[in-house]
Amino acid sequence: MFYRENGQFKTSYRADQQILPISQDRLAMAIILVIAFAVVPMLASDYFFRAILIPFVIMALAALGVNILVGYCGQISLGSGAFMAVGAYGAYNFFVRIPGLPLIPALILGGLCATVFGILFGLPSLRVKGLYLAVATLAAQFFADWMFLRIKWFTLDAPSGSVSVASLQVFGLPIDSAVSKYLFCLSVLAVLALLAKNLVRSAIGREWMAIRDMDVAAAVIGIRPMYAKLTAFAVSSFIVGVAGALWAFVYLSSWEPAAFSVETSFRLLFMVIIGGLGSILGAFFGAAFIVVLPIFLNQFLPLVLGLVGIEISTAGISHAELMIFGALIVWFLIVEPHGLAKLWATAKQKLRLWPFPH
Amino acid sequence: MAFFLETLLGGLMAGMLYSLVALGFVLIYKASGVFNFAQGAMVLFAALAMARFSEWAGVWLGGDQLFLANLIGFVGAGGVMFIVAWLIERLALRHLVNQEGTTLLMATLGIAYFLEGLGQTLFGGSIYKIDIGMPKDPVFWLESVFQGGILINKEDLYAALIAAVLVAALSLFFQKTITGRALRAVADDHQAAQSIGIPLNHIWVIVWCVAGVVALVAGMIWGSKLGVQFSLTTVALRALPVVILGGLTSVPGAIIGGLIIGVGEKLSEVYLGPYVGGGIEIWFAYVLALGFLLIRPQGLFGEKIIDRV
Repeated sequence: MFYRENGQFKTSYRADQQILPISQDRLAMAIILVIAFAVVPMLASDYFFRAILIPFVIMALAALGVNILVGYCGQISLGSGAFMAVGAYGAYNFFVRIPGLPLIPALILGGLCATVFGILFGLPSLRVKGLYLAVATLAAQFFADWMFLRIKWFTLDAPSGSVSVASLQVFGLPIDSAVSKYLFCLSVLAVLALLAKNLVRSAIGREWMAIRDMDVAAAVIGIRPMYAKLTAFAVSSFIVGVAGALWAFVYLSSWEPAAFSVETSFRLLFMVIIGGLGSILGAFFGAAFIVVLPIFLNQFLPLVLGLVGIEISTAGISHAELMIFGALIVWFLIVEPHGLAKLWATAKQKLRLWPFPH
Repeated sequence: MAFFLETLLGGLMAGMLYSLVALGFVLIYKASGVFNFAQGAMVLFAALAMARFSEWAGVWLGGDQLFLANLIGFVGAGGVMFIVAWLIERLALRHLVNQEGTTLLMATLGIAYFLEGLGQTLFGGSIYKIDIGMPKDPVFWLESVFQGGILINKEDLYAALIAAVLVAALSLFFQKTITGRALRAVADDHQAAQSIGIPLNHIWVIVWCVAGVVALVAGMIWGSKLGVQFSLTTVALRALPVVILGGLTSVPGAIIGGLIIGVGEKLSEVYLGPYVGGGIEIWFAYVLALGFLLIRPQGLFGEKIIDRV
C-alpha cells in the first residue's frame, strides 16, 4: 500500500540506477530533509540540541565511516577513536598554525591527516585479518592516545594535551549558537552520507563487499585485496576524521586526548553492530540508539525503580547502562545480526502489501 | 649492569602475569575458536567476587583466620565463575554456533560490558583488597657480584611461581586427558567434533569454566598487587599483544610471548622512554606485536593459517 510500485516504469538505465528508485522513497527522503533542516531548528530547545541532536549528527557521521570499514569491507577495527583524534588534532593544527584558514578546509585537512594515519595502520590488514587485525587496530588507538598526550608539538605545548578553539565561522556566518552548530554538522553529514552512499554502490563498493564476503575468492576473480582494503581504510578514516574534527571543534570546543579513548572506539563499533553492518541507514539508527540510550536510562531508570521502591545511585545507573549495552549487543548479534536497518527493511517489505498479508 | 638486570627481571615477572591473563585468551580460543574479549572483564569479575567473599567470610569467621577466609572466597568465586560460564554458554554462545569469528568477537565484547556492569552491581564499585598473605618485602640477590645487589619483590616471585604451576597443569590437561583432546577437536572443527559425538555445549561450559578459573587466579594475583578495581580490565588490553605475539592457539606461546612483552615493555620504558617523553609501555607492546605479525602472521607458535575458498 505505502510502497506501491506498479505504474512506476523505468525507461532509461539512468532512471533505473537512481539512489532511490521508488517515488515514495524520494518523497520520504525529501520530507526527512525538510524536517531535519527546517522544522527541527524551529521546534527543538537548546538542551535538546546540545544533549541529543548535535552528538547524534556527529556520531552518525563517525558511525558511517566505521561502517564502511567494518560493515562493507569486513575489516574489523577497534581503533576508530584514534582516527577521530587524529582528525581533530590534525584539523586543530592546521586551523591554528595557518592564520586565516577557513573552517571547512581545516576540517578537510584534518580528515586527510586521519586518512594518512588510517592507511598507515591499515597496512597490517594486508598480512593479517579478522581477530589479529582487531588487535592490530588497537595499536593505532594506544599510539594516538599516547601521541597527543606526550608529543607537545601536536598540542602547541599545551599541558595534558588539552586544547580549545574559538570563534568558528563558515562563509562569514558565526557558528556559536546551538542551531547553527546543528545545521553545520547536519550539512556536512548530508554531503558525506550522499558521497558514501554513492561510493558503496559503485565498483569500489562492490569490491569492498567481495573482500568482506570472502577475500580469497575475491582475489581469485581479480579484485586486488591491497587496493580494496587500503581504499576502505582511507575513505573510512577520512569520514571518521572529519567527524572527530567536528566533535572536537563544534561539540566540545575544548578537549583533551581522553575525549577519544578506546571507549569511543568500542561505542562506534556498537553503533555499527546495533544499527546494522553494511548499511548506510544503519549508521543513523545505531548512532541515534547509542546517543539516546544513556540519556533515556538516566531519566527513566530512577523513575521505574522508584515505583518499586528502590533508590538507584548515579554509579548504579552507569553500571546498569553497561549491562544493558552488553546485553543488547549480544541480543542483536543473536536475533538480528543485521541490526535495526534490517528491521526497517522488513517493515518496508511488509508495507508494500499492507494491509493485506499476501 | 645491576640496573639492567633488575629491569630485565622486573620485566620477566610482569611478563609472567601477562601470560597468565593471555592464557585465558588462548584457552578459550584453542578450545572453542572464540576470541574472548571478555577475559579482562572476567578477571575483574572474579577478583571482585573473591575480594568480597573473603571479606564477608573473614567477618563471619571473626578475625584472624586469613587462610580459611581466602579459601572460602576462592571457592566461592570459583563457583560464581562456573555459573557465569554456564550462563554465557546457555544465553549467548549456544545461539551463535557456527557464526564467523568476528561475530563471536563482538559478542564477547557485549559479554565484557555486561560482566563489568554486573560485577560492580553485585559486589560494589569501589576499590577492594585481596590479602592472600603473600610476603611483600623485597629481597636482594647476587649481593656479592653487584654493589647493592639486585632488588626483587618476593611477591612477584610467588606470583610467577603460581603462574608457572597453573600453566604446567593446564598443559598437562590439554595434552594428556580425554577432555583436553575433545577440547582441541572442537577448536579444530565444530561440526566435525559434533558429528563424532562430542557434546559441544558441555565442552563450551568446561572451557569457559577453565578460563574463569584462570581469570580468578590472575585476578587474585593482580588484585593482591594492585587492589581490585575497575582498572583491572585494562590488564586484558595489555595482555592482547602477548596473545598476538605468541600465537592464538599456543599455550607455550602465551608464556613466551608474555615474557617477551614484559621484558620489552620494561626495557623500552626505561631505555627508550626518556627520549620520547615516556609512557610508551602500552603502545610499544602493541607495535612490537604488530611488527612481528608482519613477518609471521600466525605469531610465534601459532598454527599456520591456510586460506581456502
